[in-house]
Amino acid sequence: MRIKQLLIGITASVIAISSYVEIAIADLKFPMLVYRTGAYAPNGIPNADGFVDYYKMINARDGGIGGEKIFHPECETGYKTQVGVECYEKNKKDAMVFQPMSTGITYQLIPKATADGVTVYSTGYGRTSAANGKVFKWIFNAPVTYWDGASIAVRHILKNNFGNIKGKKIALVYHNSAYGKEPIRTLQTLSKKHGFKLMLLPVDHPGQEQKATWLKIRKARPDNVLMWGWGVMNQVAVKSAASIKFPMDKFIGIWWSGSENDVLPAGQGAHGYKSLTFNAPGDSYQVHKDIKKYVHDKGEASGDGSHFGTVLYNRGLFQAMVQVEAAVVAQKIHGTSKITPAMYRDGMEAVNLSAKRMEELGFKDFAPPFKNTCANHGGSGLAAVQQWDAKAKKWNMITEYMYGDSDVVQKLIAEDSSKYAAEQKIAERCN
Amino acid sequence: MSVELLNFIETVLNGLMSGVMYSLVALGFVLIFKASGVFNFAQGVFALFAALTLVGYQTGQVPFAHLINELFGTNYHNWYASMPNFLAIILTMITMIALAWIIERLVLKHLVNQDPIILFMATIGLAFALEGVGDLMWGSDVKVLDVGIPSGGSVWLEEATIGLAAEGSDYYGMYIDVLNVWATVIAVILVITLALFSQYTKTGRALRAVADDHQAALSVGISLRTIWILVWAISGFIAMVAGIMWGTESGVQFSLSLIALKALPVLILGGFTSIPGAIIGGLLIGVGEKLAEIYIGGYFETGALENWFAYVMALVFLLFRPQGLFGDKIIERV
Repeated sequence: MRIKQLLIGITASVIAISSYVEIAIADLKFPMLVYRTGAYAPNGIPNADGFVDYYKMINARDGGIGGEKIFHPECETGYKTQVGVECYEKNKKDAMVFQPMSTGITYQLIPKATADGVTVYSTGYGRTSAANGKVFKWIFNAPVTYWDGASIAVRHILKNNFGNIKGKKIALVYHNSAYGKEPIRTLQTLSKKHGFKLMLLPVDHPGQEQKATWLKIRKARPDNVLMWGWGVMNQVAVKSAASIKFPMDKFIGIWWSGSENDVLPAGQGAHGYKSLTFNAPGDSYQVHKDIKKYVHDKGEASGDGSHFGTVLYNRGLFQAMVQVEAAVVAQKIHGTSKITPAMYRDGMEAVNLSAKRMEELGFKDFAPPFKNTCANHGGSGLAAVQQWDAKAKKWNMITEYMYGDSDVVQKLIAEDSSKYAAEQKIAERCN
Repeated sequence: MSVELLNFIETVLNGLMSGVMYSLVALGFVLIFKASGVFNFAQGVFALFAALTLVGYQTGQVPFAHLINELFGTNYHNWYASMPNFLAIILTMITMIALAWIIERLVLKHLVNQDPIILFMATIGLAFALEGVGDLMWGSDVKVLDVGIPSGGSVWLEEATIGLAAEGSDYYGMYIDVLNVWATVIAVILVITLALFSQYTKTGRALRAVADDHQAALSVGISLRTIWILVWAISGFIAMVAGIMWGTESGVQFSLSLIALKALPVLILGGFTSIPGAIIGGLLIGVGEKLAEIYIGGYFETGALENWFAYVMALVFLLFRPQGLFGDKIIERV
């Protein structure tokens, strides 16, 4: 019995000391909310691998950020909102930034992180009106929001219809969650503005069964289908669209419905499917060369390294790069490498990723330039359309990066954020 | 014929076909429940595991590659480029039989004579454990499953029915996914084979005897453990068929395990102890949810009736016939 107690004591001491040493060595804590298991793991894994490889590369190549190593503990959420909040509570101490990787979790963290003074960065997802930095001091969603996405998709449809979509029918197939519902308001406003009829087709989690949804589409014959899907919902939707012979070039997904995973199961049927994107696919960028040299070639790749250069892996790289850049900017602003969470927020608000800076970071032509300001936490609002080539098994960018309908989007953001500010009694800043 | 009527028929047919896909999962539940009184919550994970294993064999993936590479610093991923479908299916069947044997040895053997709720809880644990093992063995990526079963809308049916609508009407034929037709044919063959097996073979009769009365079966020399292994192996085989069908439709991924949730209302409707009940229950649920989504879905702001309407049907059914359509009536003597 005494030996058992001794062993337990030693083990506990080792764990306590090792965790202390780890935090002491790694001063900049970037907790990661990931989903490497469960129904959404096929999307969560490549994204998380992108983050981890980038952090490892920065630690190996540059010795960390300004000499401070990055510590990136992972917490598995399984894409469950409640678990995500628990992960936040467990890791919030000394955390620089949280990337919730779920709109549902983001909504829950907005009031908590604001109260705790922790930065939340929901890259191209989350609550769209958080783009208004006057109200959402601690929340950032650059470089583009869902409402920008909805209006960019409509702009693309307008362009293909010579600027006139009056009387056309556009269907929105969406994940029946906070994420999927996010673009509805914008699309309703745009349908009034341009005179198209909007069909709303929710699909419940996980989206394995969508037969009735696609029978409805087959009967109603919309001119275009937009999709806000995630996980298996994307694969089933693309396959179902191909099965009912819906023209794939008139089927446009948001940037979370445009990875290789989403189209490969449909084989040749997915040829021509389009999705929005705010970063390029491929593995020929300088950042990839650096990751290969400093991480993969040393056998340190996150996972099995098989997702290198895929859409969601590259998005992880981009997200991690912005988070690291915010720390670099914060260190410059405050003249110290040992930044606090509050200093980090200042850095995030002053991020200016110009084309020149992107090139310096190894991301030349990888994504459009953007900068955050006190009032604008939503970035440039630029996205492009990519199209799947099923024969070559690759995504091709088919448009330039374009803006959405800023008149509509900015007005909606102002309305929604003012409402939130009134509810939460938040005084507007940056004036 | 009016377009509305043709659309209604199309919805019913598609509902029936979807129902068959649910029945394929429900059949595995029924078999195990009949023979051992265990409600196997892991049946959905069985289907996932079988589909993962089949793709793993087809593509020559090294099992536990990630773990091996992490532990030994190696870089193994595939040991051959591809394997013929037939051979991969045979190997998967052998794996599922081995899995049944392992479950009997490690779990069931130790829980003989325990309350049904204990056995049910054990299968919940089994579901999580097997999902984890599947992840470690084959990885979490979405996998493309192709065993040569055609899929996509039937062109023949579309062309054959286009003329049924009144002249000049805006109709473009009826839609049915060929994959679902194949699923129906396979389900019919499966049910006939199971019926013949249980009626005309010695093992099948032993299986029925165990299902009727464990004690009586034991007293005439039937080995309960052998029968349990057999039943779990058969339901593993059925899970493989369900995994192939669902995996072909959506790609093999971990959400496949959630199809078990679709089997629950089917079982409540059809009864937990009836093979025909699993089929009829599946058909009713399939038709019910498709009709609900298409004809009344628009009246609900939240929509997505397709996913939860089956449970409403099951709940209503429970009120009037708790044992299901074909289930044994539970009579408790006091």
